[in-house]
Amino acid sequence: MSAVLKMSFKVLAVGISLFLAGCSGEQLSDEEKQLIGQFRLSELQPLPADPTNKYADQSGPAAFGATLFFEQRLSRDGNVACSTCHISDRQFQDDRPFGKGVGETKRRTMPLAGVAYSPWFFWDGRRDSLWAQALGPLEDQNEHAGTRTAYAQLIAREFKDRYENIFGPLPDLSAVPASAGPFGAEAERAAWMAMSDDQRAAVDLVFANMGKAIAAFERTLVHKPTRFDRFADALAAGRQPEKDAALSEDEILGLRLFVGKARCSTCHTGPRFTDDHFHNTGVPQADGKPLDLGRETAVAQVLADPFNCAGRFRDGDESACGELRFMVKEGPELKRAFKTPSLRGAASRPPYMHAGQFKSLVEVVEHYAAAPQSPDGHSELVRLKLSEREKTALVAFLKTLAQ
Amino acid sequence: MKKRIAAAGAAIVVVLVIAAFAAMRMMAPPDDLDLARSKTSENGLYVVTLAPEAEPVQRSKLHVWIATVQRPDGSPVEDAAIAIDGGMPQHGHGLPTAPQAGGYLGDGRYRIEGLRFNMSGWWELKLTIGSAAGKDAVVFNVVL
Repeated sequence: MSAVLKMSFKVLAVGISLFLAGCSGEQLSDEEKQLIGQFRLSELQPLPADPTNKYADQSGPAAFGATLFFEQRLSRDGNVACSTCHISDRQFQDDRPFGKGVGETKRRTMPLAGVAYSPWFFWDGRRDSLWAQALGPLEDQNEHAGTRTAYAQLIAREFKDRYENIFGPLPDLSAVPASAGPFGAEAERAAWMAMSDDQRAAVDLVFANMGKAIAAFERTLVHKPTRFDRFADALAAGRQPEKDAALSEDEILGLRLFVGKARCSTCHTGPRFTDDHFHNTGVPQADGKPLDLGRETAVAQVLADPFNCAGRFRDGDESACGELRFMVKEGPELKRAFKTPSLRGAASRPPYMHAGQFKSLVEVVEHYAAAPQSPDGHSELVRLKLSEREKTALVAFLKTLAQ
Repeated sequence: MKKRIAAAGAAIVVVLVIAAFAAMRMMAPPDDLDLARSKTSENGLYVVTLAPEAEPVQRSKLHVWIATVQRPDGSPVEDAAIAIDGGMPQHGHGLPTAPQAGGYLGDGRYRIEGLRFNMSGWWELKLTIGSAAGKDAVVFNVVL
């Protein structure tokens, strides 16, 4: 190598190291510090009330909800509880690409910390309250696979006192079929249709109350502060981050990219790192599953749900139903749009995306950098020019949200 | 010769650094964005004022805005039918909700209900107004 070439490489190396030094914590601008401060868990607003569930913040219903959450008899085969897929010591998720109950679902089990903050539930928002959400898997043939009357009968048989202490007298279920519901097997659906309106309404009320108790429990599940929060809290207080709060050069570079050039914080925003909205980010179709159109399909489902905010099982008045009333019902951006998940704890719960399409955060970052076309609809992503070091730094930063 | 090549190398680095910082700032709203809350509609049929019912506007919460519609001579428009649309021009997507014009409050004032901004940044709100005076539109910029 000629001396000239060596000299120019040296200059380049010095220039690059100067640039990288500019990306270290020493050089965070006031604007960046202010921006980063918005993501701290200490900035999280108190959990909004849910006036549609008058039991939402009561400890008795929450305790009963916890019992129901871990109750395996709330299933067709007696082996599936909410906690089967929402595993309590695994961030209330199951580390699988698809949930596994009585059968296999078509999507990834979502973690539950902070779940009650969202206005919409499931990956596609096909339910508009946490208590209505809790009812969906109970009747899904791949999840708990049970029926509405079977659940009401179980409550009357096993939990009569606890139920009645909270919700008042159970209805007379003696003439109600042992297993009937709108999503069961053919005979179960027929039995449901053969019931009187009053019988169906009585069973629906017990079912809705089960959801309200489970929701009261789930509202207590919260995020814990991580290394990122300790770093950002120190930054906001004008202190030098110490011990594990001192992020490495790579982690800080990743954080700067996250809120800057890599544009992650466009959707992964605020203390929960989510905008609670639905986006098509061009993720591939899940292997062996039918084409999933996400939000586009969910709009009709939430409108048809008898337990939605417009339905008769809502507590309070309709002023709480703004999200449903002003829901976007059509448009190209609904196609294959899925909810932005929180990134808190994400680094320790692969696989990623709504059907576990990516096995690692490295694959996730590669996807966002490459910005491929969507299998259907239009991806919102724009291709990013990220160096290998920058990709590594982004992953390093994401890990600070799980430590 | 050596010096010239070294200088060229340094210049390349400077350009790279500037480009990187420019990319980081890319999604900031334009500096010259018109943030006026009172505007004349595109064809001059109306003067429209748009303001949130309560300030500051909080991200991720539904809120109500008040649209005041007047003719250029200052007279209130009592029979306006208002449609609301919008989105984030820098992200190529629309509003996360489908807001609607609600009740008429008198004096040309109308409630716009169901607005929610799920992201920080530059939002456009387009009001299309129809009345006996004709149909016209006006676009407001909001930065969160």
